[in-house]
Amino acid sequence: MSALPVRSRAVATLITLRRSVTNQLVTVVAIISTLLVLVPLVAILGYLIYKGASSLNLAFFTHVPMPVGEPGGGMANAIAGSAAILGLASLLGIPFGIGAGVYLAEYARGTWLGAAVRFTADVLNGVPSIVMGLAAYALIVAPQKHFSGFAGGVALAIMMVPTVARTTEEMLATVPNPVREAALGLGIPKWRTVLSVSLRTASPGIITGCMLAFARVAGETAPLLFTAFGNQFWSFNLSQPIAALPLQIYVYALSPYDEWHRLAWAGALVLIVMIMASVTLVRIFANRGVLKGGH
Amino acid sequence: MSEPETIPMPPKAPEQGASPTIIKTVVAQHDAGVKAAAVPSAPSAVRTFLQAKSSGRLADGAFGSLMLICALGIFAIVLLILFVLISNSRLSIHASGWKFFTSQMWDPVSGQFGALPFVYGTVLSSLLAVVMAVPLALAVSIFLLDICPKMLQGPISFLTELLAAIPSVVYGLWGIFVLVPIIRDQVGPVLLKYLGWTGLFVAPNFGVGMFTASVILAIMIFPVISSISRDVMRAVPVNQREAVLALGATRWEMLRIGVLRNARMGIIGSVILGLGRALGETIAVTMVIGNHPVILKNLFAPGYTLASVIANEFTEATGDLYLSALIEIGLALFLVTIVVNAIARLMVWAVVRDNAGSAH
Repeated sequence: MSALPVRSRAVATLITLRRSVTNQLVTVVAIISTLLVLVPLVAILGYLIYKGASSLNLAFFTHVPMPVGEPGGGMANAIAGSAAILGLASLLGIPFGIGAGVYLAEYARGTWLGAAVRFTADVLNGVPSIVMGLAAYALIVAPQKHFSGFAGGVALAIMMVPTVARTTEEMLATVPNPVREAALGLGIPKWRTVLSVSLRTASPGIITGCMLAFARVAGETAPLLFTAFGNQFWSFNLSQPIAALPLQIYVYALSPYDEWHRLAWAGALVLIVMIMASVTLVRIFANRGVLKGGH
Repeated sequence: MSEPETIPMPPKAPEQGASPTIIKTVVAQHDAGVKAAAVPSAPSAVRTFLQAKSSGRLADGAFGSLMLICALGIFAIVLLILFVLISNSRLSIHASGWKFFTSQMWDPVSGQFGALPFVYGTVLSSLLAVVMAVPLALAVSIFLLDICPKMLQGPISFLTELLAAIPSVVYGLWGIFVLVPIIRDQVGPVLLKYLGWTGLFVAPNFGVGMFTASVILAIMIFPVISSISRDVMRAVPVNQREAVLALGATRWEMLRIGVLRNARMGIIGSVILGLGRALGETIAVTMVIGNHPVILKNLFAPGYTLASVIANEFTEATGDLYLSALIEIGLALFLVTIVVNAIARLMVWAVVRDNAGSAH
């Protein structure tokens, strides 16, 4: 360095300075952006807890909605309706998804058919939920000529399939091959190996995937707008219009009544606590439940 | 299972339809087992039990084809949706043809159906959302991968993932009661004052409109872009980073030359994936965009999107033509998101697969 003329040395120092300043600048920008992103999250959750908790009471869980203008009332029927629709969706979607995942992981590794199914599942995952609602409407509601909880359940089930299939596949891929081979070596047929060895070993991860899919569809409103449609009264009949929590929140939020806004906030808090609880449980499961290593 | 009992265990494997590689390993394992635990004189106790439980080839075939049916069911779902949407929108396709997407008039009462305002609203709000979300998402990915202390990494990435878990309707609720007043009273005047000359921000600003919808969309697609671009950046081999660092690069130069350049395909893929999410987002947008089918440059003006017109008008649609026009909009949305997602997935795959072998 000392051999260089003074001018070049100055230029070199300047460049080094510029580089390190740029570096610092990027670091600062990255930190600020992260903080900036956490702001809406904290704002949403904070405001939701503040508004929701102050409007939440026992009546919310035990009463059905009151007519406009009368105070009180709750969303008991919406919570029950949501449970019914989600139960149906899980019943239809989860076995279907697990089956597809098993096929991808155990039967179709490295085949073109497997790649095609995987790709289709990923693409299906990105299809907007409102389109699922339209499809369920055209498939079930239009021929029957009336809205039904069943159609809503089918729409949500279709949305669950790709998520469940892909996580099942990924979790089965973590099961070490020697475990399978040991089972096959004992003369156990493949189907039994898959059921009682592969699936059982990967079960914590697969449960995680199912919970994630469940959490994702639990908050969906768009597919239910013209399938389940909503209902102001008690109903468990899946062949008729049925209330659902997200749907009720949507309707109440757009209404001009303060009392209904209050109920919408309470409903949103209940919904989000339900979803967050399942996501957090999933996190705990995923961190320690899955079979680690084994290779 | 009709093979004679005298056949030893290893040759049985082919009967189970196992692949050659598995047989090889099975033999090896069996040999090891024999050495380790001596030969059990009557190994068939467990074996006969298991065999008695399983009815062999038939069950195997049945189970395999059941799984195959589930997998093919995914194709079937996509085809079924496509078929149902096309057959239900036939009326509108025949009535308007391509003019459907070029006409600006949306007037169901007089039977005029032009979807251009919705296309415009969808494209504009999604692009604005991407423009807002991408720099933030990349900055956060860089922060989490290279700057953040290890201890904070888990909690922060968990928090950003929580953003993805909040349901659309809750974003909408928050948007109506919190974001709209903020944009109307605080952000709006500032934008009007400094960016009013562009013509993009024109009074009056009611808080409900294209700009608010884009902000909500940006918050909603951020986790998608951030988590996938992080995966892609993580897939860049460590020796790429080390090579650049060894040349004396600063951290930013290392990220720019070693990581971002190598992962650019995947990052673009993640951005397109976010775009796909934004195009189809319904409820939150419907709640804050104002729902008025016009084409205006003004971002404070109310707009309308493809998804929100379906959500808003479907249950009130009277007449078959109106219904089928709305279903045609759904069909367009379906096809566009399929194409967008397919492109994005291919790009992400290209990066992750190429680097999967050599990563770390």
